[in-house]
Amino acid sequence: MKVLVCVKQTFDTEAKIELKDGKISDAGINLIINPYDEVAVEGAIQLKEKNIATEVVVVSAGSDKAMDTIRTALAMGADRGILVKQDSAADEYQRAVALAEAIKAENPDLILAGHVAADDGSSQVPTRVAEILGLPNVNVITNIEIAGGKATCTSEADGGTQVTEVSIPAVISSQVSWNEPRYPSMKGIMQAKKKPVATVDAAAADAKVKIIELALPAAKTAGIKIEEDPDVAAVKLGDWMKNTVKVEVK
Amino acid sequence: MAGTWVFVEQRDGNIRKVTYEMLSKAKSFGDEVSAVVIGNNVEGLAPEFAKYGADKVYVVEGDVFANYNTGAYVAQLAAMINEFSPNAVLFAHTFNGRDLASRLAQKLEAGLATDAINAEISAGKGVFTRAIYAGKALSKVEVTTSPVLATIRAGVFELAEAAGAGAVVKPAIAATDADVYQTVKDFVVTVSSRPELNEAEVVVSGGRGCKGPEGIKVVEQLADLLGAALGGSRASIDSGWLGHELQVGQTGKVVNPNLYVACGISGAIQHLAGMSSSKFIAAINTDTEAPIFNVADFGVVGDLFKVVPLLCDELKK
Ligand SMILES: Cc1cc2nc3c(=O)[nH]c(=O)nc-3n(C[C@H](O)[C@H](O)[C@H](O)COP(=O)(O)OP(=O)(O)OC[C@H]3O[C@@H](n4cnc5c(N)ncnc54)[C@H](O)[C@@H]3O)c2cc1C
Repeated sequence: MKVLVCVKQTFDTEAKIELKDGKISDAGINLIINPYDEVAVEGAIQLKEKNIATEVVVVSAGSDKAMDTIRTALAMGADRGILVKQDSAADEYQRAVALAEAIKAENPDLILAGHVAADDGSSQVPTRVAEILGLPNVNVITNIEIAGGKATCTSEADGGTQVTEVSIPAVISSQVSWNEPRYPSMKGIMQAKKKPVATVDAAAADAKVKIIELALPAAKTAGIKIEEDPDVAAVKLGDWMKNTVKVEVK
Repeated sequence: MAGTWVFVEQRDGNIRKVTYEMLSKAKSFGDEVSAVVIGNNVEGLAPEFAKYGADKVYVVEGDVFANYNTGAYVAQLAAMINEFSPNAVLFAHTFNGRDLASRLAQKLEAGLATDAINAEISAGKGVFTRAIYAGKALSKVEVTTSPVLATIRAGVFELAEAAGAGAVVKPAIAATDADVYQTVKDFVVTVSSRPELNEAEVVVSGGRGCKGPEGIKVVEQLADLLGAALGGSRASIDSGWLGHELQVGQTGKVVNPNLYVACGISGAIQHLAGMSSSKFIAAINTDTEAPIFNVADFGVVGDLFKVVPLLCDELKK
């Protein structure tokens, strides 16, 4: 079984966001694999370790810099990579078209991705890819079992936990609580350098969403801070909750 | 063009508040507002939407819609959009809402603004504000395709009651069993006496400073006194004191309450990403240097094991 994992390069979650010429500046920013995608890569590698998957291919749509992210996934244990060269300003539709095109050529048995990207927070691309490919999709999974041409997924749902069965191939997106991604070993990092990575150009598609303006939110400022005996502090805090916030006490 | 549609988020007839928030906002666009409810035995819900100004309620019922499933819901909505041509369709940014909206958008080869925190729709033009980089930046986007599609974050729009005609419309059923490609094997409802994190008016969270399940109990007492949702930092979730679905932050839930109370939480940037848009923030932390104090409207430097029980006593007075 061939498993394909979509990975996106994102800013480190610690990154401070700054604007330059109305755009988000990536100067000095540490770039990482989207944490949700990292979990999907780990999930794929675990399927290989259980002899369910035979090959793990990672695909990233992005600039040349995304090659580092592909190498990270290869160092974790993926077998080979595909870089789909695309402008970083691509919208979700353009991303999905580009990824779907690359995936189609690979004809995988299972497609994994993170359910959302830590940068744009869109959570659209895996589901759009499924629609383009005409495949079933399941989102936000915390576990997967593959047997008899079916994937049984446990996922976080609105107000509960759901178990969903779909036939494979399918597009399945991960929640971070699915697993704990491994750190690449020294050996893994060395091996990753020799693993094959193909580069293709993104399929052409028109944008459907236009960014009008980027801004930084007004910085939250510190308010009152008190350092007093617990009983005095509790009275003051309770007073603030009742009179300023106007909480209802049950 | 048939105004703005609001897709009703419901399970077993329980309607999510965000549905009413979206209807209230849609009303302000000055165009016709319709609720679209899909499920089984849902017609009885129609008067609820009229209370928030729905001029029309599209009711779609059938066994194929009994459980939310992407295939049947997308097929139905796509057919309805084709027939009635709404200007805009708003969904809640829930797990189901974003799944449905994304797949529908792709089927229509359309744009979609997800997790919007503001919306302006006029003359068929839709402009949305989205919090990106976990709230560290704001992006104003225009969806340039029609209908305008968006998912809306819970808690960002004020509720406003307004009498609407609520005329029930029953469109043709356009989905069959052949459209269903997901089989729901099990659904375990999270049993909690507390509200859900992303809909709660008050959220009380415990971090590593709780030191264990006993500390969480202390925080829970405050939560229950305030009728609050319980949340946690990744540290308390990774320690197994709280379930994963209760994590607040960049890789957890983004909450938007009137009051957020952080107990024993340092205020790491990834945690702040999930709660800094709260209207009021209170923090209790032993470390006067903790970064959470930089965003707190009311900070208490102190031991949560002492301050929280005393605070409960004070609130009960
Ligand atoms: C990719 C990535 C994603 C992440 N996503 C998230 C996320 O979504 N949500 C999240 O929360 N974190 C997230 N984190 C982790 C984050 O960086 C912090 O490690 C985490 O938030 C720390 O949790 P904490 O504040 O409970 O623990 P700590 O940072 O250890 O803070 C504990 C605090 O408790 C205080 N304390 C101790 N004893 C007491 C007492 N008796 N009374 C009062 N105060 C006391 C201490 O002074 C301290 O400030 C993420 C990290 C990464 C790398």
